[in-house]
Amino acid sequence: MIKAILIFNNHGKPRLSKFYEHYNEDTEQQIIRETFHLVSKRDENVCNFLEGGLLIGGSDYKLIYRHYATLYFVFCVDSSESELGILDLIQVFVETLDKCFENVCELDLIFHVDKVHHILAEMVMGGMVLETNMNEIIMQVDAQNKMEKSEAGIAGAPARAVSAVKNMNLPEMPKNINIGDISIKVPNLPSFK
Amino acid sequence: MALKIVKGSIDRMFDKNLQDLVRGIRNHKEDEAKYISTCIDEIKQELKQDNIAVKANAVCKLTYLQMLGYDVSWAAFNIVEVMSSSKFTYKRIGYLAASQCFHESTDVIMLTTNQIRKDLSSPNQYDTGVALTGLSCFVTPDLARDLANDIMTLMSHTKPYIRKKAVLIMYKVFLKYPESLRPAFPRLKEKLEDPDPGVQSAAVNVICELARRNPKNYLSLAPLFFKLMTSSTNNWVLIKIIKLFGALTPLEPRLGKKLIEPLTNLIHSTSAMSLLYECVNTVIAVLISLSSGMPNHSASIQLCVQKLRILIEDSDQNLKYLGLLAMSKILKTHPKSVQSHKDLILQCLDDKDESIRLRALDLLYGMVSKKNLMEIVKKLMLHVDKAEGTTYRDELLTKIIDICSQSNYQYITNFEWYISILVELTRLEGTRHGHLIASQMLDVAIRVKAIRAFAVAQMATLLDNAHLLTGNTQRNGICEVLYAAAWICGEFSEHLENPMQTLEAMLRPKVATLPGHIQAVYVQNAAKLFATVLKGQEGDADGTAAQEATQLMIDRLPLFVQSANLEVQERASCILQLVKYIQKLQQKDVDVAEEVSALFAGELNPVAPKAQKKVPVPEGLDLDAWINEPPSESESEDEQPKAIFAKEETKHSRPRHTEVDEKELARRREARKQEQANNPFYIKASPSSQKVYQDAPGVEHIPVVQIDLNVPLKVPGLPMSDQYVKLEEERRQKARADKKKKEKKKRKEKRSGRGKKHDSGPESEEDIAPAHMVDIVTEEMPENALPSDDDERDPSDPHKALDIDLDKPLADSEKLPVRSHRAAEAQKSPTDGETENATLQEPKKKSSKEKREKKKDKDRDRKKSKEEKKKKKHKDEDKEEDLLGGQADEAVLQSEETSQVAAPPTSASTPAEEAAAAAEAAPEPSVTAPDSEPDEPKDTEMEETKSSKHKKKKQKKEKEDKKKKKKHHHHHHHGDGGGEESVQNGTVEEEEPLPPMSNYCLLAENSYIKMMKEDAEEVYDIQGNLQDGSQVVVSVIFENKCSSFLKSMEFNVLDSLNSKLQRPEGSGPHDGLVVPFQLPPGVSNEARFVFTVQSIVMPQKLKGTLTFIVKNEDGSTHEKLDFKLHFTCTSYLITTPCYSDAFAKLLESGDLKSSSIRLEGVNMPFHHLLARICFHHHFSVVERIDSCASMYSRSIQGHHVCLLVKTSGETVSIDAKCDEPTLLGNVLDEIKQTFSQC
Repeated sequence: MIKAILIFNNHGKPRLSKFYEHYNEDTEQQIIRETFHLVSKRDENVCNFLEGGLLIGGSDYKLIYRHYATLYFVFCVDSSESELGILDLIQVFVETLDKCFENVCELDLIFHVDKVHHILAEMVMGGMVLETNMNEIIMQVDAQNKMEKSEAGIAGAPARAVSAVKNMNLPEMPKNINIGDISIKVPNLPSFK
Repeated sequence: MALKIVKGSIDRMFDKNLQDLVRGIRNHKEDEAKYISTCIDEIKQELKQDNIAVKANAVCKLTYLQMLGYDVSWAAFNIVEVMSSSKFTYKRIGYLAASQCFHESTDVIMLTTNQIRKDLSSPNQYDTGVALTGLSCFVTPDLARDLANDIMTLMSHTKPYIRKKAVLIMYKVFLKYPESLRPAFPRLKEKLEDPDPGVQSAAVNVICELARRNPKNYLSLAPLFFKLMTSSTNNWVLIKIIKLFGALTPLEPRLGKKLIEPLTNLIHSTSAMSLLYECVNTVIAVLISLSSGMPNHSASIQLCVQKLRILIEDSDQNLKYLGLLAMSKILKTHPKSVQSHKDLILQCLDDKDESIRLRALDLLYGMVSKKNLMEIVKKLMLHVDKAEGTTYRDELLTKIIDICSQSNYQYITNFEWYISILVELTRLEGTRHGHLIASQMLDVAIRVKAIRAFAVAQMATLLDNAHLLTGNTQRNGICEVLYAAAWICGEFSEHLENPMQTLEAMLRPKVATLPGHIQAVYVQNAAKLFATVLKGQEGDADGTAAQEATQLMIDRLPLFVQSANLEVQERASCILQLVKYIQKLQQKDVDVAEEVSALFAGELNPVAPKAQKKVPVPEGLDLDAWINEPPSESESEDEQPKAIFAKEETKHSRPRHTEVDEKELARRREARKQEQANNPFYIKASPSSQKVYQDAPGVEHIPVVQIDLNVPLKVPGLPMSDQYVKLEEERRQKARADKKKKEKKKRKEKRSGRGKKHDSGPESEEDIAPAHMVDIVTEEMPENALPSDDDERDPSDPHKALDIDLDKPLADSEKLPVRSHRAAEAQKSPTDGETENATLQEPKKKSSKEKREKKKDKDRDRKKSKEEKKKKKHKDEDKEEDLLGGQADEAVLQSEETSQVAAPPTSASTPAEEAAAAAEAAPEPSVTAPDSEPDEPKDTEMEETKSSKHKKKKQKKEKEDKKKKKKHHHHHHHGDGGGEESVQNGTVEEEEPLPPMSNYCLLAENSYIKMMKEDAEEVYDIQGNLQDGSQVVVSVIFENKCSSFLKSMEFNVLDSLNSKLQRPEGSGPHDGLVVPFQLPPGVSNEARFVFTVQSIVMPQKLKGTLTFIVKNEDGSTHEKLDFKLHFTCTSYLITTPCYSDAFAKLLESGDLKSSSIRLEGVNMPFHHLLARICFHHHFSVVERIDSCASMYSRSIQGHHVCLLVKTSGETVSIDAKCDEPTLLGNVLDEIKQTFSQC
């Protein structure tokens, strides 16, 4: 079982948090902070496994993470999951994000956390791995997005236009892009190494 | 109103969406909290609007804020509203929000049952998918119980996408509602062989999770998994299966033997490291399970160790880590094969990666021996000095202690060395493990008697240098050591060189800064020391030293008397008074030393941590039994105690036969010794007898090497453990020389047959005799301690409940609760009469009943008879009246059932498949909740799914023939939706159980088929919907009552001007709709039809016809059944919760017309009355004060309906307000009708 999935950036700002067990908001924030603390102080070329922190831990749990550009992807799993399998799953997740957002970068995750959640929901459900085949995941995500678009229909058009205008008018927008525009480079890892 | 809507939709464009919110937060870095709080205020405003799009947008933003750590539980109800939107876009937002912030104690969750059920049965697979995903995050025991059957049905959905989700979520359902495991298991098992790999993988996943916790119940699946393992190519599935086998093999060694070969093949062939690794892991598990008596697997062990070595040597840190991890598993059973890789592991200790070092540390635990312990610990101490992070250093510390103390200090040969290691560890700053060190010190000092003198000396030094430990006071942790030091010095003060000095050290003013519990120990042990000082000085001619000590106590103790800590205060003041008294006596030259030290006489023995738990319940003591028999019990039980005593005696008294053979005598002697050793009251000749046994033959017969005098008895300053390493080396050499001399003698003794087996350590270890007599006092256990070492599982572990035997056949009582019809199916058409025989119907009803009731056997009988009676009664057209009447009667009988009835009154479920799983194959009619997404294309999708589902079934069923007639029947429907809402604003308390209410009614029936109609369920009328009318969905259950096959069913309705059946595009206004399934005999299924309604202010009636083909062996015949659909006005109302302030505003607004009715002779509790209105007429309670309540509902076209219900005696008056007087009049008429029937 997967107990939690966290994405945060190099400064510990949460970009996505998904807990498959209930914690109150304060504890969640503490867990994110603690996990960030544990993960961030590790060198680049050490192993991707970490005994869980105090909050989320217990001896049965492990943190399995990967670091891409500015983001950490952390999965907290118990012993029923294969460690290497989860690493691979993270890779699939990031590759899927890359396909869905077309060269995903941190900004995509910042502004579209809901979409990231929807993608994740096609991979992991209630803490269990649902699908590992990227094509299948993308197909389902696309189908749902299509449905959403068709529902918005003509009515959605003005709203989209307005939001486009809003984005255009705001001077800080390009600035922001510069800040976080290091797109996540997805290294090509052999599946199931 | 209308203006508001228009305004709303324009505003919406300029509302802040999620992106704007994020952008805003990023632009307000300095005052983020303030900015967010204004955003939350905006969101609150948005949530108050009627526009669902605005609400969804607000909820979406809340989800983001939740991630940032803001509590959004206040919006839980709005989230439910958004979840129930018919648009996928909003629904998804709602479910996402719910999955992020709902949990078991979220109270609105109980409102979602019906919505989720509706979504689960939606024709749109993504609605279902979204609902399943959401549910997987917030499923509660109630939801699990109510929805288990629906989800189980989805496991056989035609779409793999739904199937895999349904299969996965079952695990969550099992956890929350363990009763569902057995009924669902056969289908779950079926899914292991699903053609879709995703579904298969999900099923494997679920079963693996289940089996991991309770493996023995899944052993019977082993052959199936074995087949999967050899056939599957999906690495994910393989890994899971192989992991599962790892859990199963310990229970069934034969399985292990079979596995070895395919697993080794996989190890050799696979290129995927993850798979290789899991294979190695499972092979290890197999070998562990086989370890006894299977010598010829050394090849496999070698293979594993060899592969792991490759992993550990890999440059990839991940593989290195995992290699070490797996290695530690081998270590437990095959330590030797791991020990040969000691070099590699020690090397890993120097790795820069902390995770790897930690794993290597784990391995060290198994690598130590008497020989190398000191060396390894020395290395670790170096690491301790180097370690930067406290976590790793603390981990090292615990590991050092673990390694040294393992199996009763087995590997420690020199305890002086160990004590000095412990003392060295106290120099670590800021460690969290002060208490661990302290408890080790205490443990060693208490249990190793020979070391006490040394330990006391060391502790005295520690106490003297306490300022070093407490230097930076709030570094806490380590000062715990002083607790141990003070206690050891006090308790074993007879070993103290200079008790006076230590006493002085313990009474320094600085002590008052220590934590209370340590001060308390200080005070108490100061008293012990004082006694020792007195005793030591007594002999002296001049008593000045003793008086000095007394004076010191009197001077220093008042400091502690003032302590804020009660314990310290109490002890200090007691002791102070005592000392004052002693001083008086001293001044009179009375010898007090004896009496004072008598205060602290006696020795404390260590007690095993589990001792308390192991105290066996004495025979004859039954903690659950009555102490005083309840009066009704028969007298015969009084005799029981006697019998118990008699039994006990035989067991406890020694066997009396006189001839006992030698063996028996020896055994008894041993037993007695054991008993004595364990008995704290038995004065032992040699207190260490037990350890001597364990410690091999040598110890008993070789004179123990006493402490060499070259060990300085007093160590100035803090000791260095290193010196002991050297000393130990010398000592060992000396011992070895000694030993050689004695070798001969020993051998002789061995030959004489007294030789015992050695402990398992490597043989060379014998050479090292311990420096001290390692008289480790074993921990005390109660007499007759239970032998088992059962570490019980945490009772709160949810998996405990899932320890269920899955191979037993299902009992009736275990079926999942299915939403089923109440009395409706009991009625028979009056026009029918001839063909139907009552016996055919009886079992049906029973089975459905049983499902709902489950445990309530008692009630069942009563109810059944009731039902039968009812059935006989209802032979005429006016069923409904009787129906309701019957229900009211039943209500009294079934009061216990209400929890179920009240919670899921509108619950629905899908039908017939259940019957297949159930042992009792009686078909049961049930209904699925109507769908809120009535678009035509989706309907056809549903058709496909349904029909193919039923095709399968068809093959199984036999066909018979029969001739029939048709008849029809019309019915009213009752409202639905409300039961729970009555509790919604928390105003209807659980005063008395609510009567059960039903919302199904018979639509029409003939000898072939029965149509049940569930109440019209409305689709939320969303602004911006392209149709300007409203849609109503009607669920109809078709139940095949004959023994022939029914197919080609067509449902048609004569449209009125106002209400039209929605037909697929391209079909004419008079074409029928094809019912998307066929019905084998005895099966029922449910279809939904969408109607478009223009005006909702008047009730509607529609005539319709169902045509179908009856197919049997003789051929097929066309049949038809007429029916009338009745839409009441209440069916256009949607239960809409309303808060009292909004309600008040609404009433004040003045645009509502009012009307009122009076009901006489209503004889039911007020909350029943309210529940009935809620349930049948879709109202929700806004507020309730005593016998007066305000209620609210809203029509699908947005009319507000407000009720003020008052009751006095049997009179109920209802004042109502609504913006549409015609609608109001009709609704009130319907309410009146409802109550006239009870």
